[in-house]
Amino acid sequence: MNKLTFDGVKVGDTLPPLQLPPVDRTTLALFAGASGDHNPIHIDIDFARRAGMPDVFAHGMLGMAWLGRLITQWAPQSQLRRFDVRFQGITHLGNAIRCTGVVAEKLEDTRCVRIELQTTNQYGQTKIAGEALVALP
Amino acid sequence: MIDKKWINHELPPSVLPLERTRLQFFAKAIGETDPVYIDVAAAQAAGYADLPAPPTFLFAAELDSGAVDRMLQDLGVPVAKLLHGEQGFTYHLPACAGDTITVRTRIEDIYDKKNGALEFVVKTSKAFNQRDELVAELRAVVVCRH
Repeated sequence: MNKLTFDGVKVGDTLPPLQLPPVDRTTLALFAGASGDHNPIHIDIDFARRAGMPDVFAHGMLGMAWLGRLITQWAPQSQLRRFDVRFQGITHLGNAIRCTGVVAEKLEDTRCVRIELQTTNQYGQTKIAGEALVALP
Repeated sequence: MIDKKWINHELPPSVLPLERTRLQFFAKAIGETDPVYIDVAAAQAAGYADLPAPPTFLFAAELDSGAVDRMLQDLGVPVAKLLHGEQGFTYHLPACAGDTITVRTRIEDIYDKKNGALEFVVKTSKAFNQRDELVAELRAVVVCRH
């Protein structure tokens, strides 16, 4: 694999996508424990229904963590400078999330690239949109 | 309505010691298989002092400490009405297993949209390591839906 360099990257280049398996309850239970987010709306169907939801749903930060994997499988984490997202839609049980990223801009002064990021489910619905700044040698 | 008096309120600091086993558990939970996040030797070969905390991990500090729960109670936001609107990180230094991270947070803004049907709380945080070096900055927008 060619080493990733600022000069070797072009606007429009895509990051190797990250395809996740469908979200299941085990994933949400593990993420609740590991992330420290114990909000029962993600792990207890009774609580979720009382809150007006049809079922539990994924933590927003789980999707952001998957986007983090997309970035760090492309460039080492030590080169990540910024990472910002907007949570646009709920990721439901059964959603198979695909994380994608594209180089949107090259910042010559800092030798960083701006990556536009998205998570989408198998129906093409965007769940998270965001961007990252990655420094490249 | 959330009382705007909480704007500029500082949350009690949250102290999060980074432990290998917790970072390995987090890696498992997000399906991370890159050895840098699981195997100490691989992390050190990649230039880290120990297993690095993945990009979003420091969000755990204020959940573990209870600072978020307390803030929601203070603001009168029931957890059942809570949504995460935005999240951002700015990175300055790696945070690795063995480090102890202290997160200091201020409520930056509180506003509403749609005649109060949606209320927004913006909080900004700085994360320092045990040497008092700035490791990362965090920005969160949480939404209370009525």
